Amino acid sequence: MDFVKPTIEYAELWPLLLVFGVAAAGVLVEAFLPRERRRVVQVVLALGGLAAALVGTVVVGTGLTSLGDGAARGLLGVEGTLVIDGPTVYLWGLVLVFSIAGVALFAERRLEGGVSAFAGQAAALPGTEAERQASTQGLDHTEVYPLMMFAVGGMMLFPASNDLLTMFVALEVLSLPLYLLCGLARRRRLLSQEAALKYFLLGAFSSGFFLYGVALVYGFAGSMQFGAINEAVRNDADNEALLLIGMGMLAVGLFFKVGAVPFQSWVPDVYQGAPTAVTAWMSAATKVAAFGALLRLFYVAFGSDRWSWQPMLWVVAILTMLIGAVLAVVQTDVKRMLAYSSIAHTGFVLTGVLGLQASSDLAVGQVTSLEAVLFYLTTYGFASVGAFAIVTMVRDSGGESTSFPRWAGLGRRSPLVAAAFAFFLLSMAGIPLTAGFVGKWAVFTVAMSAGAWPVVLVAIASSIIAVYFYIRHIRLMFFSEPDGEVASVTTPSLLTSVTVGVCVLATLFLGVLPGPVLDLVTQAGQFIR
Amino acid sequence: MYALTESVHIPVVDPAQADGIFSLMWLVIGLPLLGAVILLLGGRRTDRWGHLLGTATALGSFVVSLLMFITLLGRGEEERQIGQHLYDWIQVGGLDVGMDLLYDPLSALFLLLITGVGTLIHVYSIGYMEHDPRRRRFFAYLNLFVAAMLMLVLSENYVGLFLGWEGVGLASYLLIGFWQHKPSAAAAAKKAFVMNRVGDMGLSLAIFLMFLTFGTTSFSGISAASSGATESTLNAVGLLLLLGACGKSAQVPLQAWLLDAMEGPTPVSALIHAATMVTAGVYLVVRSNFIFELAPVAQTTVVVVAVVTLLWGAVLGCAKDDIKKALAGSTMSQIGYMMLGAGLGGVGYAFAIFHLLTHGFFKANMFLGAGSVMHGMNDDVDMRRYGAVRHAMPVTFLTFAMGYLAIIGFPGFSGFWSKDKLIETALAENVFVGLAALVGAGVTGFYMTRLMLMTFFTEKRWKADVHPHESPSTMTIPLVVLAALSVLGGVLLLGDWIVEWLVPVVGEGEHHEPPIPALAVTVLATLTAAIGVATAWFLVGKREIALTPPQDVSFATRAARADLYGDAINEAVVVNPGRRLVRGLLTFDRSGADGVFTGGASAVSGIGGQLRKIQNGFVRSYALSVLAGVLLVVLALLAVNLS
Repeated sequence: MDFVKPTIEYAELWPLLLVFGVAAAGVLVEAFLPRERRRVVQVVLALGGLAAALVGTVVVGTGLTSLGDGAARGLLGVEGTLVIDGPTVYLWGLVLVFSIAGVALFAERRLEGGVSAFAGQAAALPGTEAERQASTQGLDHTEVYPLMMFAVGGMMLFPASNDLLTMFVALEVLSLPLYLLCGLARRRRLLSQEAALKYFLLGAFSSGFFLYGVALVYGFAGSMQFGAINEAVRNDADNEALLLIGMGMLAVGLFFKVGAVPFQSWVPDVYQGAPTAVTAWMSAATKVAAFGALLRLFYVAFGSDRWSWQPMLWVVAILTMLIGAVLAVVQTDVKRMLAYSSIAHTGFVLTGVLGLQASSDLAVGQVTSLEAVLFYLTTYGFASVGAFAIVTMVRDSGGESTSFPRWAGLGRRSPLVAAAFAFFLLSMAGIPLTAGFVGKWAVFTVAMSAGAWPVVLVAIASSIIAVYFYIRHIRLMFFSEPDGEVASVTTPSLLTSVTVGVCVLATLFLGVLPGPVLDLVTQAGQFIR
Repeated sequence: MYALTESVHIPVVDPAQADGIFSLMWLVIGLPLLGAVILLLGGRRTDRWGHLLGTATALGSFVVSLLMFITLLGRGEEERQIGQHLYDWIQVGGLDVGMDLLYDPLSALFLLLITGVGTLIHVYSIGYMEHDPRRRRFFAYLNLFVAAMLMLVLSENYVGLFLGWEGVGLASYLLIGFWQHKPSAAAAAKKAFVMNRVGDMGLSLAIFLMFLTFGTTSFSGISAASSGATESTLNAVGLLLLLGACGKSAQVPLQAWLLDAMEGPTPVSALIHAATMVTAGVYLVVRSNFIFELAPVAQTTVVVVAVVTLLWGAVLGCAKDDIKKALAGSTMSQIGYMMLGAGLGGVGYAFAIFHLLTHGFFKANMFLGAGSVMHGMNDDVDMRRYGAVRHAMPVTFLTFAMGYLAIIGFPGFSGFWSKDKLIETALAENVFVGLAALVGAGVTGFYMTRLMLMTFFTEKRWKADVHPHESPSTMTIPLVVLAALSVLGGVLLLGDWIVEWLVPVVGEGEHHEPPIPALAVTVLATLTAAIGVATAWFLVGKREIALTPPQDVSFATRAARADLYGDAINEAVVVNPGRRLVRGLLTFDRSGADGVFTGGASAVSGIGGQLRKIQNGFVRSYALSVLAGVLLVVLALLAVNLS
């Protein structure tokens, strides 16, 4: 048997490799540096690595060669297991931007009075002497940075994978660190650990389905590669049941990651239990990565079999939007409300996925659903990171204060922070001149042009339901009399306040002048096979 | 039903590039927007002069609007559409939405109404809100509202219109809930916002549908292409637009929010819930004449909605003891008249806008008058505790009387001309619609006279500690100006000026002759109103008015007092099924409160064992739901493909 050395396109892959390299370096830092110096080094390493990777992504993006008719640009790398094309590069950029914000939130220490939001010693049982000691000594887990960098690497690999096995590996690489990070909250540790365990068990369960789907689709197509699967789908009508069941299983794994109904049950518990900094980052970055993978799988591998998966997606999108919006109404906790709203947003993005993706199906110059989805993810990500970042700042004596009554009258105590939060909520609600409006407009039009008007009808109905609970919260902050103990805003360091500021500006900018970013997603073009 | 105006020529919107004074068009929106931004961001530093700045920006907009209007008067009919491109808002592929403004005869009239009445109400608010510690914020919101409303009527495409549409909704929400310490105000604000969103759903769907059909959202593009679309598409677009209009203009079935919205400060009720915002629905229908003229089903529906609303609002107005709610019922009814005109099409468009303008004058006048009365009566709104106020407040009384005479259609006053024309057009198109409009005029005479008598005449029924006094001149001067306009508004009809003026927008409508001579219609309408007035005189003026509303009343009165059960209907049709749905869904999901309490409390007390039990149970049930989901996904795939 001949052994051929694989060619690896370092010139295009280096941002991805850099992130993994920084993660590995972070592990070494943990091993060899004294405890008190680790944090600064880790933060600088993580921020530097992410920033360098972001620069690299831009460089790679501008250097991509055009393919075919110019609608798609990019190349297949590492013997066809990875694909570096316009959408990949755009998604990398998004993941990196949100991760930089995530690192900033991770590194925030002023809010907890000099320690981070992560458990001092995760191994100490809650409520024991060991835990008390860890907190009096001001211990801190700096392992969160390398963990996060591994997850970021996985998130970049996920939408770039061009075969089923790579996709599965990426899924696991991004998930495992996330499970851990979710369990590391400094306060309410049982809730946090419960969330992490739940996330892990259900994640493992759905990964199992994904893997089974990989096997079935391989059985159908005889190949793992998306291009080859696409060929098989187009030519081979035998064994269709094998393909369909496999397709369903793969979908389950991805639906779980994006939090689509009926695989959403973990979302509220995990978003609520995880440290809020983790929630902020993962609500944006995981969604971006998982939707990237979902789009690639369905558009590239199963693209020519659209008619068989679209009705299923209709059902899932409708359920997701309705259940997310309706259940958000009855929540009494800010983080849970945002979690259900994130489920509803998953539904809106799925509405965009339903649109037409091939430029041949479209009138000249119409938006493709890929572009709409990418733009929507951008708008949602900034609002979500910003909103959760504000949640970290609203505190009372017991730490973050997330129950509704505590937020009453916040607008009078801290008008700026409350106004920023209200602005994010308005953007999520899709009020014009915020980013959310343009995003919704884009995904709804692409779905309409694909004839999915029942889905759009439900989408608009659920966005009305959603407006109700967003506005109710704004009213709570500005118009309600506080009753009993209330939360107030703790002044954070620049790390958090700059993050919130950037998110506000981005949300405003994307709403008033979305042109440049819309141009960018158009530039990203299409997936290549 | 009625004869359609078959041969109507639908004008195409084709604006010329802005030049001269028209290049300042953006300033009309920009000034109040700037005012709002300065006052909101400036904080307490601007408290001292905030109200002056707010008024100055509105006045500045008015001056620019007036200059543009005068210049437009001097132009030929075909040069009266001027466009200004500000920048590309959303531009990706075929999705091309610009920040474009359109100044044409229709928006010119709206600009004058919004900035003119708006300025007067700003002046009035200086006096009315004098003792409110948050006066600066109030002016910031008012400026925000004016800017959004101007955006609504100046935009050249539906997306920009939608921006203004949402903007006025937001400003109205902030202003209704301005007195946030009152729970009723906060609840009313929320109700208005949510009900408006139902209407907004219609509008946004209409915009999507137009974009799909015509590939553009601009008025010029759609008006040029609308005749090419199928009638069913146009009907769908028209019905969706109507849903939007119903939400904003408080038309049945989305009418329930308007009466509650009276919780806001009175200048707000005058500006937003009488003169401008609530007429946005009429604007939308008139502006979209290129859709409605080709969509007979939608047009008929507009007429039906209008007739129901004009009677519905009038009935509400008869039973309310709260002076502002009585006026709000009347507003609803008058907007019904405007909708009627807009739905009839042809010349009806022009008469609808005519009535919209005169109503803007006399209703703003009466609302501000009501505010002046409340100001003198310690903010009491119950007319049963008024009476004989005319002696204490002569200016308010006289100006209010002008508005009163205008709304009941007293010959010569502005409302007489505008309502008469609408009834005449309605009679010409369909006898039943015309008769309904006639009945509405009679009921209007009744409830307005009742309001007038209970407030300004009859014996005084104030509490001992109330000392009615005339309001300061910042409040009375706007009243005088509006009263003058209420009297003289009819001049717009001289030589059919307003009809001619609007031809570039709505086309040359044929004037159908009514079944009886026009003069007879006028006499009939006046007589009907007189009967209403006389009935009120005998039922209200001649009798003792109880301090508390009598309870042994007929079913009709009780129904009218309960807003004709509008809330009950909403409750039964929308709210309750929604609640049941949520409750059903909740059984599949842990409720938020439970999660916090079990998790949080056990974490504190460290009862790990119990939590583990719960936790295991949940993961199992979650896993079960994942499994069910897998089945759903796979079965959905198989069912579609292997059937």
